[in-house]
Amino acid sequence: MSAADGGVSPTAAPSAGIGVGRLIPPLLVLLVIALASVLIAVAIGSVHIPPAELWAVFTGDGSPLHRTLVLELRAPRALAAFAVGGLLAVAGALMQVLLRNPLADPYVLGLSGGAAVGALASMLLGMGAAVVSGSAFIGALLSTVLVFGLAHGTGSWTPTRLLLTGVVVAAGWGAVITFMLAVGPTEQLPGMLYWLMGDLTYARTPWVAFAVLLGTCLLVLPLGRSLNVLARGPLQAAALGVPVRALEWSIYIGASLITAVAVTTAGSIGFVGLVVPHMLRLVLGNDQRLILPAAALAGGALLALADTLARTMIAPEQLPVGVITALLGVPTFLYLLYRSR
Amino acid sequence: MTTLSTRNLVIDIPERAAGTALDLTIAPGQIWGVLGPNGAGKTTLLHTLAGLRAPRLGNVLLDGEALRGQRRKRVARALAVVFQERQDGFPATVLETVLIGRHPYLAPWDMETADDVTIARRALARMELDGLESRLVSTLSGGERQRVAIATALAQTPDLWLADEPTNHLDLRHQVAVMDLLRHEADAGCGIFLCLHDINLAARWCDHLLLLYPDGEACWGPTDRMLVPEALERLYRQPLARAEVDGAQVFVPAGAGTPQPARPEPHGRHRS
Repeated sequence: MSAADGGVSPTAAPSAGIGVGRLIPPLLVLLVIALASVLIAVAIGSVHIPPAELWAVFTGDGSPLHRTLVLELRAPRALAAFAVGGLLAVAGALMQVLLRNPLADPYVLGLSGGAAVGALASMLLGMGAAVVSGSAFIGALLSTVLVFGLAHGTGSWTPTRLLLTGVVVAAGWGAVITFMLAVGPTEQLPGMLYWLMGDLTYARTPWVAFAVLLGTCLLVLPLGRSLNVLARGPLQAAALGVPVRALEWSIYIGASLITAVAVTTAGSIGFVGLVVPHMLRLVLGNDQRLILPAAALAGGALLALADTLARTMIAPEQLPVGVITALLGVPTFLYLLYRSR
Repeated sequence: MTTLSTRNLVIDIPERAAGTALDLTIAPGQIWGVLGPNGAGKTTLLHTLAGLRAPRLGNVLLDGEALRGQRRKRVARALAVVFQERQDGFPATVLETVLIGRHPYLAPWDMETADDVTIARRALARMELDGLESRLVSTLSGGERQRVAIATALAQTPDLWLADEPTNHLDLRHQVAVMDLLRHEADAGCGIFLCLHDINLAARWCDHLLLLYPDGEACWGPTDRMLVPEALERLYRQPLARAEVDGAQVFVPAGAGTPQPARPEPHGRHRS
């Protein structure tokens, strides 16, 4: 009867199979890409390190220069980039399901604005890197609480209300940021601008972000099917046995926290959280059990590669990595969207 | 076998007097139909019965136990809801959509098993949707989506059905098919509760009716006792004519109703 109904050729979905077996191949491909991206990030730079020498360094040999370069400079930075990219992409995927809005991204709730105000304020006060990170984290959480409190208002929050509150609060932070840039001393401006566009130069310890990424993946994976149900609306989800309120709260808090960790590590890097989940949905369908780990791998790979370009394109100068993620992501995303139905 | 009952239930509609407190029992094998004009609270009642909305007063009981406070997952194994409105915010295939009906039976780490897929495919076949399983739901017609929603509830293998306008968007043949399917489910021991707009579907398939008036008044009982033209005319504020076709009662709007200003009929109307 389908033929009689439309006469249009049935549009097959990207993934028709069912079961764990369906999840493995795309994740394996992404895992290989992710590993390759980290290796490339470690190998490429002002001093090129050939694969054989890289292998020697990893097995405990290699020249002292290469050892320092790889183990103390490039590897931590590559891993930090990977972790931040993964966190942003996972946070984006979660926010899009939570708000049931494809335009949601990790920063939609004013989080990056709050973090930026915290970071820039402490830069203006001449604080060190640790204080800047700390105040970015506090700013991010403050903004989250503010948006959620305001959106909650006197009644219950709806996705639209949360989204609108977030957008307006973000605009408010934007004004504060512009004000600080306008009054800030000239010699501080480059540092502030780099922070605003994302910068991994000071990300010396990737382990916090990396541990958070791993922990997040382990925590959200069992929620994948519940999130699939939640994507059909809260009533349908509740009718199918999902504890909707509890799940929404945990996603909201979880996604905010991991975004705060990402922003604290690398400044506000745009685009990854919005576009990576969408690219993956266009190719892999919308099963969160696949999209969430895929987002961690693909977001990580994208940012590791983008950061490699950011520090090599105009070496010895560095570009803000946010510029590269946008320059890489925009055409890829538009191409995929154009090709999709 | 599961029984859904209400004790002194008053649904919560803002700025409306309490009206009649409901003491209903939807026993296995029964098909209940709710009739009422727009805004009478049919959907609110259905959501309250499903435990998705708090009542103003009274209780909903699942097998004699208060529904509120029971684990939602356990409730979802006994009770399926077909909603009038659905969100398809993200693209999903027909099979994926129907498979979410298996959610209450799966632990967090479980993937759907071959059995779950079989159940989902059987549900699709019963709704004549086999062959569409890899289509995206967003590319289907309204009636096909309605059938996907019913297939999803079928895959939930419930003992109780709460369906809000299950025949919405359906052509005549599929209206009959859906009502027959519900009759079949009832004969197999399910309790069924439907919001309906079509008196004639209700007259033919429901064995119990609940008339819900906009002021919160309500009356209920076996279908043959409820199908009183005067009561229905008061319910819809619309004169009705009754006829008998093949031994069954049929109601149609009588007279011209409220006179409307004359308006030229456009050529080729859009289907709604």
